[in-house]
Amino acid sequence: MTTPADTGSRLNGRDLTLAYEQRVISQNLAVSIPDNSFTVIVGPNACGKSTLLRALSRTLKPAHGHVHLDGQVIGSYPAKEVARRLGLLPQTSIAPDGIGVADLVARGRFPHQGFLRQWSAQDEAVVAEAMDATGVTALADRSVDELSGGQRQRVWLAMVLAQQTPLLLLDEPTTYLDIAHQMDMLDLCADLHAERGYTLVAVLHDLNHACRYASHLIVMKEGAIVAEGDPAKVVTAELVEEVFGLPVRIIPDPETGTPMIVPVDRRGAAR
Amino acid sequence: MSKTLAPPRPTPTGRATPRGALAVRLFGERISLLVRPRTVAVCLALVLVGVLALAVTVTVGDYEISLAAVPGAILGYGERLDVFFVQGVRLPRALTAIGVGAALGIAGSVFQSLSRNALGSPDIIGFTSGAATGAVLVILVLGAGRLAVSLGAIAGGLLTAAIVYLLAMKNGVQGYRLVLVGIGVSAMLGSVRDYLLTRAELTDALGAQIWMIGSLNSRGWAEVAAVWISLAVLAPVLLALGRRLRFMELGDDTAQGLGVPIRSTQIWALAAASALTGAAIAVAGPIGFVALAAPQIARRLTRTGGTTLVGSALTGATLLVVADLVALRALAPTQLPVGVVTAVIGGSYLIWLLYTEWRGVRA
Repeated sequence: MTTPADTGSRLNGRDLTLAYEQRVISQNLAVSIPDNSFTVIVGPNACGKSTLLRALSRTLKPAHGHVHLDGQVIGSYPAKEVARRLGLLPQTSIAPDGIGVADLVARGRFPHQGFLRQWSAQDEAVVAEAMDATGVTALADRSVDELSGGQRQRVWLAMVLAQQTPLLLLDEPTTYLDIAHQMDMLDLCADLHAERGYTLVAVLHDLNHACRYASHLIVMKEGAIVAEGDPAKVVTAELVEEVFGLPVRIIPDPETGTPMIVPVDRRGAAR
Repeated sequence: MSKTLAPPRPTPTGRATPRGALAVRLFGERISLLVRPRTVAVCLALVLVGVLALAVTVTVGDYEISLAAVPGAILGYGERLDVFFVQGVRLPRALTAIGVGAALGIAGSVFQSLSRNALGSPDIIGFTSGAATGAVLVILVLGAGRLAVSLGAIAGGLLTAAIVYLLAMKNGVQGYRLVLVGIGVSAMLGSVRDYLLTRAELTDALGAQIWMIGSLNSRGWAEVAAVWISLAVLAPVLLALGRRLRFMELGDDTAQGLGVPIRSTQIWALAAASALTGAAIAVAGPIGFVALAAPQIARRLTRTGGTTLVGSALTGATLLVVADLVALRALAPTQLPVGVVTAVIGGSYLIWLLYTEWRGVRA
């Protein structure tokens, strides 16, 4: 298991204990997000992957240890300063009733705005570009309520892009989407990573999606990181069985050559 | 799907400005704002209606005063009766109505915004009920005067708000928990009040009952000063937090992701809105429905997503001063408690708005 040196990581944490009230999720956790990577965190339900993302995005304060952003404890920055470096797309967001698409995307400019500077020409240009990058420009004047799930997720992503942060954290960005919109969303993320140089960290449920899109995979089980690295090197049938308790075969994805997980057919064994 | 990623090209200017808004940039962009003409027009219209209602309140009554005589009377010149009615009775009453209405509107808007729930107004989450219980305790047990009743109301309200907040808190405050706990606490306080009333002397019980409906009868300059000073201190605090509050409506995680310090915003906003509600209730009793209806009406009039503090304040003020006018004149010479009228006017207007909205009649 190789851990990238912290010098190549703007976002990392060491010796982390993550807990909700008294319920401890992770202990002695060390993690670092390689710069310019598309890092994907996977693991079974309740393994603590979203909790880790919450800690990295400072929406959960570690019970012990610190998350560092650009060499400094993340909690020591002013709230807006963090928001200029790190964008977060949480699992659930609430669109106020009747809010328009452009209005919502424009909210991503908050960390760049102040009392007197609420809608500069730069704000406007960045919002236009964010809507363009996510393909929602044509929806600008629509109400968010009226949109489909896939469109809505793109609008939320546009809002986070409007923050203009080099780091993007996405908590299960494909949940609630059908397969076409899932691929759509992941392709969009891959393009942001490859063409615009974003460092992405995403929690994903689907292992095959993770293997196809991740440049760096973090595999978690019961609150601990059990493997990380290039998916092609990390993902083995033994690892998947150990982590998910599911016997699988690994074959190369016919499209991309990345590992593809196929569950072993157990129907005969059950009889 | 790289087709969604267009190569860099001149951005389509203007498309990014939210609908219904105009970008205003001054002094070489040192000041840049989004102005919504509709919101501005609605606010001006509310001010106009409020001022008209104020003028009618001051001039019309069993003793009529010509509008021309009002400015003089305010300054103490003119006929003695004019001066008495304008300075001593009608003007302070109307100014109290405007102040209390604005305070309830803005506080209601903050509470609803924090709880992300249209039912999250101080009427529902126990604040009003706590204030009423505090006041009834003072009236029935101590038998004290109006100032003590006001203090009892503020103490009861703040105490109840603190209890509800603590009971609802778990990893921060969730809106629906605040509403549910508030309803529970309100119900318990209601039974305490009912018990006290059954044990009280009839005249005391009647006095307490009247106080609990909320009224602007015989309010003077002391009340005007109390509510307007509270507004002058607390409204700027809330207006300064207003932008952050609108972001908190997106959800705690999203707001934090955007750089909103959510805990401190929550605490400051709750404290200031509670104090403002307390001041309003102390001055006029628990006038129902303004805090609940004004933000909802304002939002639908301005058609903005989310709450608007200024709009809510103006709607609350206008609603209350109009309602008070109706309370005074509808069954003259009998004066109705204004709380009865706010419920009827605000309630029917809100139902009409919701009804047309749900039927999709709204353009």
